[in-house]
Amino acid sequence: MRAVNQPNDLTRREVLMRGVAGAAGMALLGTPGALALPAQSAPATRAASRAGSVIQIWMWGGPAHLDTFDPKPEAGGDYCGPLNKPIDTNVDGLRIGQLLPLLAKQADKYAVIRSMTHGVNAHETASYLVQTGRQPDRLVYPGVGAVISLFKGYDHGYRGAVAPYIVLTEAQGRFSEVGFLGQRYKPFATGGDPNAQRFAVEGIIAQGITELRQRSRRELLESLETFARATPKTPRTEPFQRSAQDDYDLMFGEARKIFDLSAEKKELRDRYGRNTFGLMARRLVEHGVPYITINYKGWDTHKQHFQTMNRKLPEMDQGMAALLEDLSSRGLLDRTIVWWGGEFGRTPRVQWEPPWNGGRGHHGACFSAVVAGGGFKGGTVVGQSDEHGMNVADRPVSPRDLIASIYTLLGIDPEGVLPNPRGIETRLLPPVEEGAESGGLLREIMAV
Amino acid sequence: MNSTAWIACIALVMLCGLPRTSAQAVRPFEQDDWPIPANIVVEQVLAGLREAGLAPARPCSDEVFIRRVFLDVIGAVPSAAEAVKFLEDKSPNKRAALIDSLLERSEFADYWAMKWCDLLRVKAEFPINLWPNAVQAYHRWIRDAVARNMPYDQFARELLTSSGSNFRVGPVNFYRAVQGRTPAAIAGGVALTFMGTRFENWPPEKRSAMEFFFSRVAFKSTAEWKEEIVHLDPNPVATCDAVFPDGSTVHVNPGDDPRRIFADWLIAADNPWFARAAVNRIWAWLLGRGIVHEPDDFRPDNPPSTERLLACLESELLKAKYDLRHVYRLILNSRTYQQSSIPVKANDKAEALFAHYLVRRLDPEVLIDAICTVLGSTERYTSVIPEPFTVIPEGERAVALADGSISSPFLDMFGRPARDTGLWSERNNQPTDAQRLYLLNSSHIQRKIESSRRVQEILASSGRDRRKVVRAVYLAILSRGPTDAEVTAASKYYDNKDLNGKAALDDLVWSLINTMEFTCRH
Repeated sequence: MRAVNQPNDLTRREVLMRGVAGAAGMALLGTPGALALPAQSAPATRAASRAGSVIQIWMWGGPAHLDTFDPKPEAGGDYCGPLNKPIDTNVDGLRIGQLLPLLAKQADKYAVIRSMTHGVNAHETASYLVQTGRQPDRLVYPGVGAVISLFKGYDHGYRGAVAPYIVLTEAQGRFSEVGFLGQRYKPFATGGDPNAQRFAVEGIIAQGITELRQRSRRELLESLETFARATPKTPRTEPFQRSAQDDYDLMFGEARKIFDLSAEKKELRDRYGRNTFGLMARRLVEHGVPYITINYKGWDTHKQHFQTMNRKLPEMDQGMAALLEDLSSRGLLDRTIVWWGGEFGRTPRVQWEPPWNGGRGHHGACFSAVVAGGGFKGGTVVGQSDEHGMNVADRPVSPRDLIASIYTLLGIDPEGVLPNPRGIETRLLPPVEEGAESGGLLREIMAV
Repeated sequence: MNSTAWIACIALVMLCGLPRTSAQAVRPFEQDDWPIPANIVVEQVLAGLREAGLAPARPCSDEVFIRRVFLDVIGAVPSAAEAVKFLEDKSPNKRAALIDSLLERSEFADYWAMKWCDLLRVKAEFPINLWPNAVQAYHRWIRDAVARNMPYDQFARELLTSSGSNFRVGPVNFYRAVQGRTPAAIAGGVALTFMGTRFENWPPEKRSAMEFFFSRVAFKSTAEWKEEIVHLDPNPVATCDAVFPDGSTVHVNPGDDPRRIFADWLIAADNPWFARAAVNRIWAWLLGRGIVHEPDDFRPDNPPSTERLLACLESELLKAKYDLRHVYRLILNSRTYQQSSIPVKANDKAEALFAHYLVRRLDPEVLIDAICTVLGSTERYTSVIPEPFTVIPEGERAVALADGSISSPFLDMFGRPARDTGLWSERNNQPTDAQRLYLLNSSHIQRKIESSRRVQEILASSGRDRRKVVRAVYLAILSRGPTDAEVTAASKYYDNKDLNGKAALDDLVWSLINTMEFTCRH
């Protein structure tokens, strides 16, 4: 694997790789006032940051906190449904949902936050809130991934062969992840299926075309670029006039290897479970990618809730437990934050009445998140919900606080400013002195 | 020719900045002589070039013209049959006739509605949150206004003064499509949309003066899910003198609707922003760059690159009583629009003064539609949001999608605007390597080529005649016949390969789709 920091490697490769980010790339061809962001507005990066990468397990739709990390067996059947026998973990006094037995054995590695709150029950606003730490206002702010791609990506020494912000496998899509930062910090969504025999990352791995044919059709393409040859090169036209051959040679070798899961032992692939989960994320972390989102869909369970839990939670349990164990055994967990959570939790009281017939609705007043690694202390619990999991009983944690804690562990100053292409003053997170709700950093579970 | 005529000729040549540096027209992209007369637009542009000591580019060829005008006017590539018909047409005014016919096509309304919808922020989801029903109503109204060529002053007035249900009265969504919905947020949206200026650059007192006009915009919900009534707040304002952005004042009585007062000021012929911003935007949409650039950044320290051109277009719009198609025609029939994209001398100044047509990558929607058209295939578009989950019927063109929240990975990767703010810079056609690799190498594109109906048809109709196949592929994909060198290269590919004929043809198609000539307006 390629080392993350190779300071003298500012080559054409690097220039090309920036493009793989789906970024606006290069100079903006004489478009004044556009998206090129001044680098000097980077917040002071603290020297001794612990974490280098984040794996965000995005529970798209909002997972039920009662059935995962905040079980309430004493609340009775109206609240627990059939899932009323939580299990002990390898941490004294910490119980989690009964469908998570493998995660129960890894509890010493993660912290459970049971008092997340923002009070919003609409997907799109809650998604924005949880990933920006902000209430909607006149600007669309970038999500955590784009901010980390800005401060830990190509502008700040990242030299990886793949984009600094990668989504497995489809973009989350609730809002423009980059907000006003612009295309340069957009995630690269891989497409494809990591569980397939060959993970066909769109644009990186072409299926069914032999190397020989690849080469000869690229020569054909070059010979047919009549217009490109007739056009004098300018900054405007140059990106269209590059040799496809060069792009291939520069990009392929390495990016390809990273996505090639066949390099992993069959046993390990089975341990993760053959799903879109986890193993690919670990490989990207090894490569030094600062932010990886596993966009894990299917948690918006208004109907058939318990059937879905029975099907999906074991899959999640296996994938996430294997990820924590694998990261830990390779010594990667210390510098990798794993962040599990969705836009909100789900209504503690089961909706047995039609049309739901045993579903759970949206619940933003109180929900759970889980963080591990990168300086977060495992085997801990932050906050408490009330007896039914309806409201926060102790130590409310806002999305802002969680994000600020993640930034801090990454060495990004949460009080810092974000460059704004229109020159508007914008901060990473809403300042407390301007009324943002905050219970402060999660110092109790942070090692620094 | 007598000597006076000679002198006049020489003077004319000098006036036009000739002689040129490049001796010959570049085939098949340029031609030697102008097939159209000069008009008032090119006169303004040439005057600007002359002052800067720059020469204009040559006339573009018919092959370039038909592709360009299709892409710019209806957002689509011509079919092979349309290309052949135009190229073989011998009538002297065929370019003007083509422009007229394109302006009447339904795709014109689809394409220009898409542009207006970027500006008017037509999007169901966060942060605009119009929701699907309202998006449909809003989009339908906009598209219809484009199709009927509603005068631009009326267009603006209806957007600014309508009241009613967001499901039934399309234009009321203008006020809903603003993040925040405060008078300040609305005033900012109005300034950007109709005045081409950025509110945050205004002095605070000027901002708050403008906010007043939107202080009575009110919203109330109904029993219907996501229905909302936009109306005038019944609480009257106090009698006062309000100040317009140009500093003039107006007396407002308690019963007045300040929105109307503002709209009347805005669309008046002597408004310093309204018509200028509109023609500048249309110019930028057609030519790739505003005379004031970016087109939503009018301010004293960002002057037009050529004032006389902007003034000319403004007065033409006013003379035509806000008939936008008059301005389209004027621009499209100008030598400036019809010049080659190959510059005589390439530099920033030449771009800013429109010395040549500006090459730029196709919009994501136009690009995927073009790929679908040449291959005879379709795409699927869905909303990622399950409430209510929307699947667009197979075969819908991306250009015609109403809702900015309905998308595909392709559109996202190629820089479709988020429609969060209406800013010009949201639509990002800057090429990236990820996009290039995607076109070169993705299974999505490869599958589309391998299963292409159109490629099958070409094989079936042209059989073993290789020249015929190559010509048919060129006409379908690049709207022109191949050059001799291209025929030779393509034939060689067939001969040398271990590939069967279909695979070789697929590779030819793949190559042409990946050329700069295909992916760019040029």
